Amino acid sequence: MSQKPKPSHGLAACPGCAEPLESGDRFCGACGYDLSAVPAAEGGADRPTVAIVTWPDAPPRDPGSLSTMTQHPGDLPGTDSGGRDLPTMEVRTDGPAPAESGAPAPAPGGPPAPAPHAVGSPTPDGDFELAAPDPRTAVRADPAPEPAAAAPTAPAAAPSAALCVACRAGRVDTDGYCENCGHAQPHERDHTERELSGVAAVSDRGLRHHRNEDAFAVASTTLPDGSPATLAIVCDGVSSATRPDEASAAAAEAAGASLLAALPRGAHPQQAMHEAIVAAAEAVNSLAEEPGQDGAEHDPHRHRNAPACTIVGSVVASGLLVVGWVGDSRAYWVPDDRSAPPARLTEDDSWAAQMVAAGLMNEAEAYADERAHAITGWLGADSYELDPHTAAFKPDRSGVVVVCTDGLWNYAEAAEDMARVVPADAADRLLHGAQVLVGHALDGGGHDNITVALVPFTVTPQGAGSA
Amino acid sequence: MANFSKSTVPQFSVDVYQNEFLPEGGRDVSAIVTVTSTGGGTTGGFAGGGPAGVVIMVDCSGSMDYPATKMRGAREATAAAVDTLRDGTHFAVVAGTHVAKEVYPGNGGLAVADARTRAEAKEALRRLSAGGGTAIGTWLRLADRLLSSTALTIRHGILLTDGRNEHESPEELRAALDACAGRFTCDARGVGTDWEVKEVTGIASALLGTADIVADPAGLAADFTAMMEHAMGKGVADVALRLWTPVGVEIMFVKQVAPAVEDLTGRRTEVGPRAGDYPTGSWGDESRDYHVSVRVPQASVGQEMLAARVSLLAPDPAGGDPRPLSQGLVRAVWTDDLAMSTSINPQVAHYTGQAELADVIQQGLDARKSGDRDGATAKLGRAVQLAAASGNADTAKLLSKVVDVVDAATGTVRLKAKVAEADEMTLETRSTKTVRVKR
Repeated sequence: MSQKPKPSHGLAACPGCAEPLESGDRFCGACGYDLSAVPAAEGGADRPTVAIVTWPDAPPRDPGSLSTMTQHPGDLPGTDSGGRDLPTMEVRTDGPAPAESGAPAPAPGGPPAPAPHAVGSPTPDGDFELAAPDPRTAVRADPAPEPAAAAPTAPAAAPSAALCVACRAGRVDTDGYCENCGHAQPHERDHTERELSGVAAVSDRGLRHHRNEDAFAVASTTLPDGSPATLAIVCDGVSSATRPDEASAAAAEAAGASLLAALPRGAHPQQAMHEAIVAAAEAVNSLAEEPGQDGAEHDPHRHRNAPACTIVGSVVASGLLVVGWVGDSRAYWVPDDRSAPPARLTEDDSWAAQMVAAGLMNEAEAYADERAHAITGWLGADSYELDPHTAAFKPDRSGVVVVCTDGLWNYAEAAEDMARVVPADAADRLLHGAQVLVGHALDGGGHDNITVALVPFTVTPQGAGSA
Repeated sequence: MANFSKSTVPQFSVDVYQNEFLPEGGRDVSAIVTVTSTGGGTTGGFAGGGPAGVVIMVDCSGSMDYPATKMRGAREATAAAVDTLRDGTHFAVVAGTHVAKEVYPGNGGLAVADARTRAEAKEALRRLSAGGGTAIGTWLRLADRLLSSTALTIRHGILLTDGRNEHESPEELRAALDACAGRFTCDARGVGTDWEVKEVTGIASALLGTADIVADPAGLAADFTAMMEHAMGKGVADVALRLWTPVGVEIMFVKQVAPAVEDLTGRRTEVGPRAGDYPTGSWGDESRDYHVSVRVPQASVGQEMLAARVSLLAPDPAGGDPRPLSQGLVRAVWTDDLAMSTSINPQVAHYTGQAELADVIQQGLDARKSGDRDGATAKLGRAVQLAAASGNADTAKLLSKVVDVVDAATGTVRLKAKVAEADEMTLETRSTKTVRVKR
């Protein structure tokens, strides 16, 4: 988006080679310098043309407070971004301004005492007085001006009165953006956590992506023989495809539902896992048939790619540890006794893995390549051949299965590295363990969405003997 | 006007085309906003949109008799336009010289079109004769007075001139345009080749109408008929494009880019915190494209914000707040995926080229007039290249009458030694015409 030409760059000479320029030039005629990319041109000259309201000075910082100086919603009259009146019902949800703490805001026994109204009470700190005036109310010149503009708009707008999390000054409009700073509000999926007995999962947007395209499903159920079974499914939407977030959500839900239906019926966990992946693939495929209502027009470079995602799942039931996967999401085995060797349980469907498997590169070279993360298998309508991989293990000791997307394993690729970052008490504090692992990825840079599910595996005496 | 029924008023839809993905540190957000109105014009037209008025301003200066076909053409064209008026439309005819005279109905107001008034108007046109100077500002002010004599929903003017605005200062014309802007819309036409392109396009631009050249007076009647039909198709007037931007967002420009380039940046009216209205005039069944460019504050990768909200507003006939018709969102999303952040939206790229095309034509013709042949060759060469690349065949054809095209792909051209004045003026007048993206 940096190629926008400006009406005028305002430069006399090229910053690259000092060639004289004309006002309409977009590139330097001598050296080809992109004049639209000159930052200084706009910095000083154009700033005065900006139509921004002048904000009053922020109240000084409260000593000891962690927050920086902030403006408050009442500092300026507000409209939402569509120009409509704001709900002025509860302008302030965070108490009076710190600076004016000496002057209690509501001032019950206040001066002339008009009819009591929620906002707009004339208080000495001035914050509230500004919140009420509505230019259009004034223009209409109501004969009997209402004390505050709140009354007529209150019922309709009351539910959407959330304060913006980015600037803490504006309200969130019906489109989910702040009416003041325009920032999108956090989505429900930006950070999700779930803990059941025997399994826990955490998913996080990470620090670099604008939405969370990962999804997970965790559940526990009972086998026909009454023994418990736990399952975890983790899916990673393929960013280069349309609606990857919907794909991962659909896949995780379908796979989870399939396992929950199959396991109590007594299906073999490995067979059940295979069927779950097939069910997930069908769920993702069916997304491709829906008309692209999500503005396919707006994503021209994407609209030909059917929704797609990876999947990895783990089932712990009747002394077996079953994993299944398609794509490059992984499962690791980390024994509780850290002196025993940990292991990676899955083989990526990825370019790097194929290179290593074919003996063309060693692991270090392959993962250093920019194509390392190109996946060669996925769930989606454009996947030419669905090849669900499953594996069953019979661990001889207790441990925990880390089911995760590459948002985590990018920061702990080798099984030994993963074992090092899994907390020692992970099997007992599953949710905490998952949170620690997500934290590890965020500390590493959080370049991708991060989803981690932890499933403990406990060796039980009766499980040890049976085949 | 209480019967301003919603069913016959055009329905507006807004589509936003943009690449919302910005690289780390990226701040510039460009979007093409396509506004389409349907269900008004061709079906309902004036009848649905409320009462409408049209004033036809005909140049009657002395030069209109040289050649005499101009005056005859103007008379016939005005008669044809009067014939095109729908029954019930309010209208008047003004003869323009160094002063403005009411030709019909002549009572300081407007006539209502029916068979009798149309015949009377055409009878009055026969008495039109050439003689006197040219002071277009006075014509516009009279048109404004006439159009404001009745309560009208749609107010439109049609102006025909054949010469330069010699009998008033440019400042007087400017003041008249400022006084009339927003009060009525006006199409302007230059007949012959003795008029000033920038004057005529300036009038049309200020009054949100179209400008064109009718080099041959014989073509006037057809042009007037088409113009009047177009005016009759308008269903809603004084539509504003409202741009809301969050705190800290700078507006780089707001341009209409289709059907013609018109920079609206300087025409903003503040309407509240962080919101401003840009005038778009009256609408029938049509579709226009706007290019909105804003500069947002930097944000870290992974953030998403609303960079601008574009909405269309029509005035409330009852006199209240404008009614929002439709809206679209311009977003900014920061990503470290270079494939996403570096791709240019085809619509944005196309109209960026079309705007540059209009610029280089103007610059090339200016250079040519000032004798800078190298500059003119370079600019017009670039114009030929842009017109060819974007499929703007009409402009390419006009350019080929001013330059010899050696290679359109590389923009290699030679200036023609002799260029018909009409061809050069046609190119200049129509340089802002754009074509839409090939889909």
